[in-house]
Amino acid sequence: MVAVNMDASRHQYLTFMLADEEYGVDILTVQELRGWQETTPIPNAPSYVLGVINLRGVVIPIVDLRDRFGLERMEYGPTTVVIIVKVIASGKERVLGIVVDAVSEVYDIANSDLQPPPDMDGAISIDFITGLATMDKKMVILLDINRLVHEGILSKSKSPMPATAPATEAA
Amino acid sequence: MAVDLDQFKQIFFEESFEGLETMETGLLGMTDGETNLDIVNDIFRAAHSIKGGSATFGFTAVASFTHVMEGLLDEMREGKRQADQTVINILLESVDEIRTLMTAYQNREDPDTDQAQLLQQKLEAIFGGSGNTAAAPEKESANKSEAAEENRLLGWHIEFTPHDNLLITGNDPALLLSELAYLGKMTMVMEDGALPPFTEMNPERCYLRWKIDLLGVNDEGTDAAQTEEAQIREIFEWVEDECDLVVKGIYPERKASDRRAGDRRQPGQLEDRRQSDRRTGPRRPDDKAPAAQPTTIRVDTNRIDALIDMVGELVITQSMLGQLGEDFDMSKLSRLKEGLEELERNSREIQDAVMKVRMQPISFAFNRFPRMVHDLSQKLGKKIRLELVGEDTEMDKTVMEKINDPLVHLVRNSLDHGLETPDKRIAKGKDEEGVVCLKAYHQGGSIVVEVSDDGNGLDRNKLFAKGVERGLIKETDVLTDEQIYMLLFAAGFSTAETLSDISGRGVGLDVVRRNIESLGGNVDVRSVLGEGTVFTIRLPLTLAVLDGQLLKVDGQTYVLPLNSIIESLQIDPNAISSLAGDAEVYQLRDAYIPMVSLSELFATGEEKPRGEEKHCALLVIVEWADKRIGLMVDDLLGQQQVVIKSLETNYERVPGLSGATILGDGTVSLILDISGIIEMSTRVREQAMNTRRATGKRNRVA
Repeated sequence: MVAVNMDASRHQYLTFMLADEEYGVDILTVQELRGWQETTPIPNAPSYVLGVINLRGVVIPIVDLRDRFGLERMEYGPTTVVIIVKVIASGKERVLGIVVDAVSEVYDIANSDLQPPPDMDGAISIDFITGLATMDKKMVILLDINRLVHEGILSKSKSPMPATAPATEAA
Repeated sequence: MAVDLDQFKQIFFEESFEGLETMETGLLGMTDGETNLDIVNDIFRAAHSIKGGSATFGFTAVASFTHVMEGLLDEMREGKRQADQTVINILLESVDEIRTLMTAYQNREDPDTDQAQLLQQKLEAIFGGSGNTAAAPEKESANKSEAAEENRLLGWHIEFTPHDNLLITGNDPALLLSELAYLGKMTMVMEDGALPPFTEMNPERCYLRWKIDLLGVNDEGTDAAQTEEAQIREIFEWVEDECDLVVKGIYPERKASDRRAGDRRQPGQLEDRRQSDRRTGPRRPDDKAPAAQPTTIRVDTNRIDALIDMVGELVITQSMLGQLGEDFDMSKLSRLKEGLEELERNSREIQDAVMKVRMQPISFAFNRFPRMVHDLSQKLGKKIRLELVGEDTEMDKTVMEKINDPLVHLVRNSLDHGLETPDKRIAKGKDEEGVVCLKAYHQGGSIVVEVSDDGNGLDRNKLFAKGVERGLIKETDVLTDEQIYMLLFAAGFSTAETLSDISGRGVGLDVVRRNIESLGGNVDVRSVLGEGTVFTIRLPLTLAVLDGQLLKVDGQTYVLPLNSIIESLQIDPNAISSLAGDAEVYQLRDAYIPMVSLSELFATGEEKPRGEEKHCALLVIVEWADKRIGLMVDDLLGQQQVVIKSLETNYERVPGLSGATILGDGTVSLILDISGIIEMSTRVREQAMNTRRATGKRNRVA
């Protein structure tokens, strides 16, 4: 582990793998890491909301980031990792789990080393990206997890009326 | 170490608001012209504690105001004064004022003391008759905080009233007065009001009195401000016993209060103020968005003791089980089972007891209504009797807090629109006194609160016309009475002909309905034209625990609130008929009940080609707000109490679900929301119908 850096211009990021891409989230938003467990599906929710689980008496939703980012889904198994994050969305603190392929590293990245994301169309809006960083010659995509959850997950899961098929993410 | 006063302040505020309620209830219980000593004592004690506390915490506005009020109460207590309507009304106003001041202090704002001072004047005016002196010095001390500049003596005001034997004793008022003129610039008013007609006048008697102001510098250069009271008294020394003498200093501040005293003589002015206050909304503390205060609850100590006893038992059971587990063999199986049963009983009892801690009698919510009815009946010129039934009915504190505003709204509606004026009532052959009744009782797992009046009732035709006018319904619609009454709860619907400041403005009944529904309750209305209206609010007893029926649909376990289930039955395929193509209804005895497939509604089942619909084995007939539907389910499991967890905490509201719970095996199960499901299924059916109509049209065009 990298020593805690109190410098405000530097942040620690926890990175994880999705397909072959490496993504990072501010480590302060990460509450814990868990193994995959069976979820209770929520009716009429978007496909990337896998359902809810019981986290020590609290009901929290689990989101499949692969599905949300338009990547092919993986089989969930005992080695699948769920990152439990605590975010501020709609003025409230919310806890939710995101399913990723594997957890990778903890990096200490200075804000000045961040590059703005290129303007591009994709499954995720560049609004959800804090910036890009290069670590060990690899690109790491740093996510603005608060924004992603607030605008990219919760607001999108406004259930469409039933009878229409569950919403599939328009890429 | 500095003492943290804040925690005491919080307690003080709570106690004071309780005290104010006691005062209010007491005052309302007093009848005109009759002083009930017990009640007066109660009120006095409450006022006294508020005064003491507020002085301690430096809430001077409250302290000084309460002091004056207390003086008046003291007189009542000693029997010097009777409680007539004027006194009661002004005391009620004072209670309101103290509440406003306290709320300001609680929110750490500077209280607006103008109103308090006006009321204080009013109180003193009533009070003044007998014991002005008791209040005056205190009032001065309350004003001590005024700047020193304002306490600077400007001059003297003297009232000289000779007794009629002054001349006989050989004294000459003229000499005394000219003596006074040496002390400062003198202005003098002589009052000859007591002067009898000339024929009856006794020349040896003195009939005159004088009001003298010594203010400023006289011709000799003596400033009245430098004069001392003793100098003035000295002049009158010889006539002390033959006259009444009042000597008062004139201060700038005193001048101001004199002006205010002038206002008092014009009662209209005070009225105007109050009117304008009403226009900007009633000055009730709960109108303001209160600063985030920690909420507390008062609990009967017996309940806490019972809880502690139960925890004690739980600990015993736990240690018994622990011992058993240390060297367990099969011979001890029966003891283990006993222990587990004991544990189950303990935890159920504790759960009940903990729930009871949150339960409070609904009288807390009802208590404010006598006052409201008292005030409004005077304002509206109606004679109204308020009846409260079932005040001991207990309900969850959270539910009660949220039901408060809807109740106020409904009662105001009844008073304003429901009940007629006395002459109209007499013309209709009713008792001139209208009755508004608040009734609370338990029914199944719900608590029911009824607001009823014996007034005019709802006019079906008027409502219908209004609904058409507002575009809520079409003229050609055929509606049942019930449907028409429900129009009242539609947004933007008001039957009030004129807007009054009591109701017909601000939040409408649609807000009332929304508030109640957000608590998982419902509201309906029954009415007979000319005889009265009844609003019925139905609410869940508690928001935390639910008696649930577990059921399975597509492999998922759901929880259905037990109290919404009418019956469940095995589906007989012959009883199913289809209605308008798509919708299926089930014939149950003499009723047709729409069937709803949870699997379709929640889209959890695998897509099935049309016509090959899966047939569930069981139909659960559920009811919500007099609507019945049949839910198709695969299997019914056990019944159990479940703890409700919100889905919104970390996710968001899901239509058709009221929350989630955690089952014994640790998995999450979703709780069905019957009203939501009914709404969803209706909408799905409409949607299906529209699509069919649209495709039909397209086909014809093609």
